[in-house]
Amino acid sequence: MNKLFSILIIILLSFLGNIAIAGDDGKIKVDGNKNNNGYEEVGDCFEKINRGVFTFNQALDKVIFKPLAKGYRVFPQPIRSGTSNALSNLGNVVTIPNNVLQGQFKNAGVNTARFVINSTLGIAGIFDVASYYGLKKRDKEDYGQTLGVWGAGPGCYFVLPILGPTTVRDSLGSVVNLIGGDAWYNVSVVNDTQYFSEADYYASKLLDGIDFRAKNLESFDSLENSSVDLYASVRSLYLQDRYRKVRNIDKTTETLSDDDWEELDSQ
Amino acid sequence: MKLIKRLIIFLVFLNLSNTLYAKNPSALINEIVDEAASILSSDDPVESKIIKLNAIAESSVDINGIGMYTLGKYRKSITDEQKSKYQKLFRSYFLKSFSSRLVDYTNPRINVVSQKKINDKYTIVNSILEATSKRPQVKIDWRIYTKNPDRPLIRDLIVEGLSLARTQKEEFNSIIQNNDGDINALFKTLEEFLIK
Repeated sequence: MNKLFSILIIILLSFLGNIAIAGDDGKIKVDGNKNNNGYEEVGDCFEKINRGVFTFNQALDKVIFKPLAKGYRVFPQPIRSGTSNALSNLGNVVTIPNNVLQGQFKNAGVNTARFVINSTLGIAGIFDVASYYGLKKRDKEDYGQTLGVWGAGPGCYFVLPILGPTTVRDSLGSVVNLIGGDAWYNVSVVNDTQYFSEADYYASKLLDGIDFRAKNLESFDSLENSSVDLYASVRSLYLQDRYRKVRNIDKTTETLSDDDWEELDSQ
Repeated sequence: MKLIKRLIIFLVFLNLSNTLYAKNPSALINEIVDEAASILSSDDPVESKIIKLNAIAESSVDINGIGMYTLGKYRKSITDEQKSKYQKLFRSYFLKSFSSRLVDYTNPRINVVSQKKINDKYTIVNSILEATSKRPQVKIDWRIYTKNPDRPLIRDLIVEGLSLARTQKEEFNSIIQNNDGDINALFKTLEEFLIK
């Protein structure tokens, strides 16, 4: 409950910051205005604090997450694939309701069938048996994306300790997970069942983070080595990724507007 | 009448030769991917690999175009002198970061799967970087500038939907913006990166 309260405080503060700080800086646009490249401009309302938290997260990554990810890489590929499949299968309990909320009923059906088949025949999701039956994996959906699909703008960008980059909208989406929107959270943390405990939930989240970090070890290193402002690069990548996910865009030709390039050609 | 006839024949021939020699954007990507893969899988010392990779980049990437794009709104307010200094710095920065990103890959396998012409100036080539035991497969799209069809040039790489040119632009703009719009701050940062 304390955790929920803290998250709500952060979100409230970021809303307040949105109003108080953005007004002082003409360069920051927080109302979801579209720029000339078709993207929404998202304000970095607490950039100085965010940069501090980012540095803290980077240090934490060097000391804890990166070594853990490297250690995880030592496991044979089938074990890592099985773990990744099981975590992805568990993620369906958030994706399915969001499919429904976004009106993606076909995807909701496919994901439900995948969840049932993989949880049973696929032994807790370790094996992706559903793909064998032609039910190919669909994109993940979350409550932040659903809020975006419903028309909510991203609000301020900020960086949370340990959890990393987010926006007001995405944080609100995460809160929905904690108030009943995530069935896995409900059965492991909220309800005291004899099968799962809180530790199972937090272990799954930690493993999810390590699995993601392990898959991106080289690309993170490469980004770090070639970047002249890593904070700005990560912010750009996060916002581009969320923009694409909210609009459920798969094709590059749909994500890119040529306006900025066109302007360059005409100069 | 004869003159018109000759003119028509000349124009038809010109059009035919353009069609014959215009380079297909997918062919360009296949060509450079094969070339880069053979360099990366060779036993050459790292320095030699970097020189060869940079030669590929110089001939197939529109480095000046990307450089100006990444300046964003600031490209309109710089002087000719600053522009010339920036282009030199950006070229060195681009080549250094390009080769350092690639040199760690031993044998990347990239397969071109399709291409889509957006307009006369741009074609997007879609490709897949095959999965290895360390990482899953990665979708890479290439924005090819085809204004001169005989010499298509790469202007952007879009990795899993994330544009590297856009990321670079926002990175540079953040540096300039956090230094009260002073472009010299970007020059200084790039110079520091180059001597690292």
